[in-house]
Amino acid sequence: MEKKRYERPTLRKMNTGLMNKFGSKSENTPVTHIENNSVKSLLKEYGSPLFVISERQIRRNMRNASRIFKTRYPKVQFAWSYKTNYLDAVCQIFHQEGSWAEVVSGFEYDKALKNGVPGNQIIFNGPDKTDEQLLLAARNNSLIHIDHYDELYTLIRLSEEHRMRPRVAIRINMDTGIYPKWDRFGFNFENGQAWNALTRILNSQWLELVGLHCHIGTFMLSPAAYATAARNLCELAWSVKERFGKMVDYIDLGGGFPSTNTLKGAYLPGTDTVPSIDQFADAITDVILGYGFRPEELPLLILESGRALIDDAGYLLGTVLATKRLSDGRRATILDFGINSLFTAFWYEHKVSPAQLHSRQTEETVLYGPLCMNIDMVRENIVMPLLEKGNQVVVHQVGAYNMTQWMQFITLRPAIVLIDEENNTHIIRRPETMEYIDSLEQLPQHLKQDV
Amino acid sequence: MKKKLVIAVTALNAIDSPGPGVAVIRAIRECPDFEARIIGLSYEALEPGLYMHELVDKSYQIPYPSAGTDSLLARLEYIHAEEQLELIIPNFDAELFNFIKLRDKLHTMGIRTFLPDLVQFESRDKLKLFDFGKKHGFLVPRDRVLHEFRELKKMEEELEYPVVVKGKFYDAVIANSYDQVEKAFLKILAKWGLPIILQDFVKGTEINIAVLGDGKGKAISIIPMRKLYITDKGKAWAGITLDDDRLVALARQFIASTQWRGGCELEVMLTDDGKPFIMEVNPRFPAWIYLTAAAGQNQPASLVKMAMGEPVAPFTHYEVGKIFIRYSWDLITDIAEFQKISGNGEL
Amino acid sequence: MRIRKNIAVSEEGFLFNPTTGDSFSTNSTGALIIRLLKQDKTLPEIASELCDEYDADRLLVERDLEEFASLLKEYSVLD
Ligand SMILES: Cc1ncc(COP(=O)(O)O)c(C=O)c1O
Repeated sequence: MEKKRYERPTLRKMNTGLMNKFGSKSENTPVTHIENNSVKSLLKEYGSPLFVISERQIRRNMRNASRIFKTRYPKVQFAWSYKTNYLDAVCQIFHQEGSWAEVVSGFEYDKALKNGVPGNQIIFNGPDKTDEQLLLAARNNSLIHIDHYDELYTLIRLSEEHRMRPRVAIRINMDTGIYPKWDRFGFNFENGQAWNALTRILNSQWLELVGLHCHIGTFMLSPAAYATAARNLCELAWSVKERFGKMVDYIDLGGGFPSTNTLKGAYLPGTDTVPSIDQFADAITDVILGYGFRPEELPLLILESGRALIDDAGYLLGTVLATKRLSDGRRATILDFGINSLFTAFWYEHKVSPAQLHSRQTEETVLYGPLCMNIDMVRENIVMPLLEKGNQVVVHQVGAYNMTQWMQFITLRPAIVLIDEENNTHIIRRPETMEYIDSLEQLPQHLKQDV
Repeated sequence: MKKKLVIAVTALNAIDSPGPGVAVIRAIRECPDFEARIIGLSYEALEPGLYMHELVDKSYQIPYPSAGTDSLLARLEYIHAEEQLELIIPNFDAELFNFIKLRDKLHTMGIRTFLPDLVQFESRDKLKLFDFGKKHGFLVPRDRVLHEFRELKKMEEELEYPVVVKGKFYDAVIANSYDQVEKAFLKILAKWGLPIILQDFVKGTEINIAVLGDGKGKAISIIPMRKLYITDKGKAWAGITLDDDRLVALARQFIASTQWRGGCELEVMLTDDGKPFIMEVNPRFPAWIYLTAAAGQNQPASLVKMAMGEPVAPFTHYEVGKIFIRYSWDLITDIAEFQKISGNGEL
Repeated sequence: MRIRKNIAVSEEGFLFNPTTGDSFSTNSTGALIIRLLKQDKTLPEIASELCDEYDADRLLVERDLEEFASLLKEYSVLD
């Protein structure tokens, strides 16, 4: 007779808080494949843990967002926010789909150039731009978004010295009813700072004002906030037109649309509460189209959406190292990845699925990473099937910010695999090695060991 | 109408701060026009309604609202397969968002609801009530929503006392000086987080109105009630139906301008010079809903009829001076029952 | 180490401890272990029976059994 499948014994004290398990089936549905590639074979071939990116999903997201805006507004341009995920392969997919590049440092700027993005399709944001970088961007005819007065005056001086007239916009911060207010970036709208900066630019022969920019925050849940932002930028554009007889070329509303991840502390899951891109697009385009510009002078609408376009195209696969019971009786599951790889575990209650079939028994568990640090926690409390050492799991929606903010801490960073539209796998970043780390280190002579 | 309807009802927590479920069921059971098989839906294993077998035919646990609509739908699909539900009446504030979101899906499964839509539901949110009043021309206490302690500091000069400091979900403290405001702010901040609402204090008599709207602007039933006695949690322990045309007119206007579908409770402050201020709108039946049946306007039964597509004419009369007095009662059950609901999720 | 005599196990696998008033639910493996404990079997004997019944690694079973027993002790199901 064939023996029954073993499952470790469980004992649950019944109390009134126990009912969670009824109906929590969706979290526990196993995810055995990603784009037709089995999780098991992916981990076997490329090692565990492993980031996996779906090219199909990126293109689907990009085309969807593009269609949503373009069916509502005549002139739309997306610019890929490099910081969200600047793997070359990922950037190239976005560029192939028609995205410009949005960068916030000299490093990112160089990366965009290296990826073949024409200079005039690079938006240079952020408070940190050196003289050399400003000069390079100006010569490449890039769009320089000025963040503060120091930068404004530096750029005027440089332009005068080098006899050039760079194309610029200013970043504007404002009260859109969103807290916290991101008022540390750019010039303030309400107190007139933004208008003063614009006047300064328009009165200078050394700068050409081409656009207005804002980025009101990230993971925004309120389409109304974008309507306010769009209205404020339109108001500035209108004033510029009235006073200086010049219509700006574009309005750049930044990024910030949410993915359907669930924020920590949120009562309801993101899949239920996050507004759709359509709602944001309606809010934005209704304002601009209704503002009173003549059809031929309507500004180009630029969007720098990051996480909304890539989060759900990224997965993190990993393996259970051990399970144990904590001193207070809770179950703990230790995984082979932690916050070193999954930085966004600080903000999100990531959905984690088992990658193999289990019985219907479930239990509450903490998911810990492997680091020797108390903060290394992937989920504080999650209902999972009875996991055992060697079982595999899939973390969903990890495409944004993880592969740029991950840390080389205690362990080496894992490989990243891209699944293309034909479901073939390509390694797009090799796992880090000791040689890779070593290559940057130097040992002073007196510390060398004779061997 | 068909003889026996299968109706699922939530909020069976008839405890010291009770949910309305048991009262809703009692009212439905009393209606002579139809019979009902009542399916209780519960979140906790000790909700008293689960064990009231003369009122509730069968019960199921459902996932907490925070688990989201996918989990809820999966659970309801299971229950539906067992019970062939025809109508669900959810009665908890916290679960309404999910049920409203699932409304269309439930309808395609053959399960009806009679709920406000999301826009109606969200417009009466505590944080938006002031705008709501402005838009529809209701008297609503002025409020300011504070997202930072700094904002409170800035307001020190302009505040008038007393003022009510409120948390985003619960809690309200009346403060008579800036010191007290600050103390209340910090206390509520620690408990409920930001934002915190400062609301003008309105002096007067507190009235509650149970209202049932048909979703097309008509109020089917309006019963105003004044609490005679409250518990230390501020819940009604006893209350009496009132006769006041101003209150009925207010409720009628509320339904007309919101096109509210389903039951709701208006919390009104009637000032000494006779002005009714809407203080809060609860988007579901109140716990004292059985009083509407006792007074001659059975709101839960009317809701059932409307949900099932029967025309229901607005009520014109109710008995004034009907009193409810809540009492507690020790229901006796056995460990086996507790184990069943707790372990199997069904009873 | 013995299971308390007054522990009640229902057909559906629920445990009730009349001494403390606590109820517990367990899975089929747990129910089998408790049944064997009631028959005064020792842990090694139980481990053998589990390995006969299930397709399982002996070491893993012993570890799980150890943990399960300590849990039962914690909840005063075992003396
Ligand atoms: C200027 C700017 N644009 C775009 C983005 C992308 O934001 P998101 O990923 O929220 O869309 C960011 C991110 O912080 C940003 O700072």
